[in-house]
Amino acid sequence: MRAKGNDRAVIVGAGNTKRWDAPGRSAFDQLQEAVILALEDCGLQLRDVDGLFCALSSSGLPTLNVAERLGIRPRHADGTMVGGASFLFQLQSAVAALEAHLCDVALICYGSNQRSAGGKLVSMPDPQPYEQPYRPLYPLSSYALAAARHMFEYGTTREQLAHVAVAARQWAMLNPAAMMREPLTVEEVLASRMISDPLTKMDCCLVTDGGAALVLTRADRARDLKQPPINVLGTGVAISHRQIAAMPDLTTTAAVQSSAAAYRMAGLGPKDIGHVMVYDAFTITTILFLEDLGFCPKGEAGAFVESGAIAPGGSLPVNTNGGGLSCNHPGMYGLFTLLESVEQLRGTAGERQVKNLDVSLAHANGGVLSSQATAILGSPSTL
Amino acid sequence: MSTDPRFDGPGPDAVYALNLADGRFTIQRCGSCGHHQFPPALVCRSCGNASPGFIQASGRGTVYSTTTIRAKEGAHNVSIIELAEGPRLMSTVRGIDPEAVSIGLEVQSSIAEDEQVREARRYVVFLPVTGEA
Repeated sequence: MRAKGNDRAVIVGAGNTKRWDAPGRSAFDQLQEAVILALEDCGLQLRDVDGLFCALSSSGLPTLNVAERLGIRPRHADGTMVGGASFLFQLQSAVAALEAHLCDVALICYGSNQRSAGGKLVSMPDPQPYEQPYRPLYPLSSYALAAARHMFEYGTTREQLAHVAVAARQWAMLNPAAMMREPLTVEEVLASRMISDPLTKMDCCLVTDGGAALVLTRADRARDLKQPPINVLGTGVAISHRQIAAMPDLTTTAAVQSSAAAYRMAGLGPKDIGHVMVYDAFTITTILFLEDLGFCPKGEAGAFVESGAIAPGGSLPVNTNGGGLSCNHPGMYGLFTLLESVEQLRGTAGERQVKNLDVSLAHANGGVLSSQATAILGSPSTL
Repeated sequence: MSTDPRFDGPGPDAVYALNLADGRFTIQRCGSCGHHQFPPALVCRSCGNASPGFIQASGRGTVYSTTTIRAKEGAHNVSIIELAEGPRLMSTVRGIDPEAVSIGLEVQSSIAEDEQVREARRYVVFLPVTGEA
């Protein structure tokens, strides 16, 4: 049961470094900058933070490193590491911890310098001896295998996948902070270099730097802060496998379970959602999540996307920041889905603002479609 | 303190590797519920029973999904094979052009050992089942 009234956990601060290519800055620098921005955003101080939640690709003991650097002594901490979905797992834990009074101010934070440090996706060391002899590209080939199966079972086409990348780019062109803002066509996506069939370079997310942070507290404390509180209406998490060959069905992710839990907690369904953020590490993930989150029947997201439904002017605004495909992807992008949902619900998203928005859904993925986490956020009017 | 004899001897990953070194591709079969599984583990992932035993795999399977990786040094195939017994595993289909590997293709296992694998240990690959095989 979720707390109500004064005890309800809400999001009060958000920080985004928007530094996607920043040589000379470490992952911890990116993280600290985002933390400072998030605290200044809401008017809380570092000394107020007593709950720390973080994950990094570059550190196996992130909460210790981050607490030391920030000079904080948290009385509650959670370094859950499930890849890019970690921060939405941590959101669920932060809400529970706040509402149980295990902490009063929760900080969820992340930083990465993977682009300037080498330009390759950084993954935690996690050897997979049953995959290694076959030399798959990690994680790309795992997503390619899911895409190939989806195409086989449902007739999804490469053109439909390309439409995902094009829609993301059209949103990115409305976002001054997005890294890629040049127009992109379906033909250009199809003609880009094939890497692991059926995925081309343009079906893959960017490799960027970046830092992100969110601050949560309870509704009573939120009243005196600078920003209107964002309601955490529902959360849900699920884990289904580690290696792609162990995924029960390559065309259906555990987002089915994570979203069912989030909808149940919120007392809402897909038709109540006005804005959607899904972790688009690859074009196929947007297709899979539109289906698994209940926005399309299974197998129909390709046609849905091809119709222009998720692009600016379509019926369902999806990945309005430009997503991992065109805005930024510092390795574990999950927290950025929440940042865009918060910005949209505050009504401060500028040219890309979704009108009359009350409920936004953010969904993150980790590993190779392995971990799934859904958050349903509400505007201040839903409190 | 006495240890539980059900878990004596090498662990399941080691048993699998020893069998493979012996030229045998093995999977696990649960003595309690009959579930087949791969990769090996100390528990049956279907019923939770401890320490399922190993059996020789039939090696027969079909391609469940497939991708061709376009590396600078040439293209190679990575596929997920669904074994006749049920479990799936990542592998590669050889003896055919990588791009010709298609979902549903019937395949048979073979044990490979080559320099491309750093540990130089044996691993399972698959070959298309031909009419005469």
